[in-house]
Amino acid sequence: MRDWLIYKTFWDLTVTGVALGSLYALVALGYTLVYGVLRLINFAHSEIFMIGTFASLITATNVLGVPMLEAGQYPYRTGFQLVLILLACLLGSMVLSGAGAVALERAAYRPLRGSGDQFGAVVLAFVTAFVVGLVFFDTPKSNLIFGIIGTGPIAWMYLNIFRRGRQAPRLAFLISAIGASTAITEAVAIWGPRDREQYQTPRVLEKKTLFQLFGTDIRIDYVIVIIGALLMTTALLLFVNRTRLGRGVRAVAQDVETAKILGVNVDFVILITFVLGGVMAGGAAMMFTLVYDQSKFNIGFLLGVKSFTAAVLGGIGNLKGALLGGLVLGLAENYGSALFGGEWKDVIAFVLLLVVLMFRPTGLLGESLSKARV
Amino acid sequence: MKKSTLLRASAIAVSLAFVAAACGSDSDSDSSAAEDTVASEVTEDTAATAAGVTCEPVSIAFFGALSGDNGNLGKNIRAGADLAVSEFNTANPDCQVGLVDFDSQGDPAQAPALAQEAIDDASILGIVGPAFSGESKAAIPLFDAAGLAIITPSATNADLNDNNWKVFHRALAGDDKQGPAIATYIQNTLAAAKVGVIDDATEYGKGLADIVRDTLGDTVVASDSIDPNAADFSAVVSKMKDAAPDTIFYGGYYAEAGKLAKQLRDAGVTATLVFGDGVKDNGFIEAAGPAADGSIITCTCADGASFAEFAAAYTAKFPGETPQTYGAEAYDAASAFLAAIAAGETDRAGVLEFLGTYDAAGVTKQIKWDETGEVAGNAVYAYKVEAGVISVIGLIE
Repeated sequence: MRDWLIYKTFWDLTVTGVALGSLYALVALGYTLVYGVLRLINFAHSEIFMIGTFASLITATNVLGVPMLEAGQYPYRTGFQLVLILLACLLGSMVLSGAGAVALERAAYRPLRGSGDQFGAVVLAFVTAFVVGLVFFDTPKSNLIFGIIGTGPIAWMYLNIFRRGRQAPRLAFLISAIGASTAITEAVAIWGPRDREQYQTPRVLEKKTLFQLFGTDIRIDYVIVIIGALLMTTALLLFVNRTRLGRGVRAVAQDVETAKILGVNVDFVILITFVLGGVMAGGAAMMFTLVYDQSKFNIGFLLGVKSFTAAVLGGIGNLKGALLGGLVLGLAENYGSALFGGEWKDVIAFVLLLVVLMFRPTGLLGESLSKARV
Repeated sequence: MKKSTLLRASAIAVSLAFVAAACGSDSDSDSSAAEDTVASEVTEDTAATAAGVTCEPVSIAFFGALSGDNGNLGKNIRAGADLAVSEFNTANPDCQVGLVDFDSQGDPAQAPALAQEAIDDASILGIVGPAFSGESKAAIPLFDAAGLAIITPSATNADLNDNNWKVFHRALAGDDKQGPAIATYIQNTLAAAKVGVIDDATEYGKGLADIVRDTLGDTVVASDSIDPNAADFSAVVSKMKDAAPDTIFYGGYYAEAGKLAKQLRDAGVTATLVFGDGVKDNGFIEAAGPAADGSIITCTCADGASFAEFAAAYTAKFPGETPQTYGAEAYDAASAFLAAIAAGETDRAGVLEFLGTYDAAGVTKQIKWDETGEVAGNAVYAYKVEAGVISVIGLIE
């Protein structure tokens, strides 16, 4: 009976699978970019996505004043106003996610690279002192004062530990990534107005059916997600392959030392890589809230794991691979859930990854950002 | 070189110390804060009424989700228990009972460690909770081994009474009563010819949905599970859309029910949505928005004869609030423990024995447990969501 079901709902599953896969792909680009350049799995990238969903929520409700409900109905907007709200949310998500990625790079990774970065050390020291202050004081004012006083000595300590030219071991980056991820999710869970509960985002776009394809309704939100993801990926590929900065990104991905000798500002290129990943995650986050109307402190966790899977599936470090991996994963999950039942969704995703890695250890399209051009 | 290694080691030591300090002071402040609030709620004029019982400092505990996706249900329970305890403390100035919180976030994985923490606190004589069925299954074996009595005001899974746990008590009827009633309602009142059944693969949700599936038999045309942590339910939604049932039953809690209702409606599914007691919370309305309208919710929770009095006391204690799902059941559960303390029981074994013979009128019903820990009475009520408000439509016959 179940095999029969998948044929009847095949096109329906395909459309929703491609839409979800597009979101995976956009987030996967962030994992793949950073891996390509730094050989680092940036586990905190899922939190950059989470920040994006909240940025979209804040832009819509706090900045633009869209209510959750109007007279018991969704606050639908139309025409020019709708486009304006959606673009503002997209901009808000991209800017905040991009900024979050920069802050993450400077505070959690750059000090470990032994760049002797004083700014990063000071930011990290302030965060440390502030968090330690939370343990001892209850008022925000005394937390802040403690944070400021503590910054000096802790920054001095950090600068001594992470002295210029001393690269931390590879494992330290991984621990730093996991630590940053936990710190960001818990900060949102503890200081957010709704604790660990989910948040709703206002729905301004009426989910109308645009047209029918093979007997399946094609909804406007899915069309926006799929086209949006394609546009953003194309823009990213053009940037990496055609611009001067993009050439720098590829150069660092190929060989850091040689790129340095040839005059590439490696720290700047790494920063740009994080910004690109953050902006892609921000775009994905905004489109996620468009389809699902929700956010939560740990919304990035499952999606991040899936996107990372997608990146590995397509070949980590390979931009086109991330796109392909995301789409394949989204489709496989949907077809698999229909065949075996919804509780098997995650199992299918990881079994698929295992099978692919068994036959193609470097993923579907192979590794390496530097070869993205070929 | 040597110096810097030393520096690094000391930095690690310092940060570890901070972490330890953070953990230590956090849990201390939690439990003491909980006791403080209870103490401060005792009114000043206690000296005038010197009557009441005398006892050693003892406490009862709340165990369940106070945070997390479905935390509202736990907050409702805690409020009901809190009201019972503070009324008792006001009436008995020489016997102040504390209420200690154990926030499990509804997570079966966190439950055993928290249960052990409750067991290690010798002042705790009884547990109001665990709130959810999954965490109950994980935590009650520990309580059972320690002989610490529990009265759950909300965990309805039918199989919970089947474990020979001597500490197990339930303040409302289980899903062996609720499930068939839901099936009856779908068949008779909604007159559904085709039914879809979805569950969230939890102890509670799957347990209840399976009873509904079994009772409805061939009427069930589509059946599936969702992953409650996922955001996207499109595969399940496609299946329901294709099977086109008149009625869809979902076994699970309110947060996921809200997301699911929204996605079903977005896809153009017009079937009547039916839910169990875990969805009876305003959090469902919040999560589902207009998609909640017209939904049917069932619950074995009920309002007894003295409910109005309880509701008035509740609003007096929590201004602007009315009792929510399981609040009255929690009040009854806490009252049973307080009666044991008032009767002079000072240890866990005594309290457990007392509950075996307990027979008193509660806010919800006559509270008297049989040997499996089930309370007498099996009324199941149906509620309907209209214009964002959950209101009772009657008893399911």
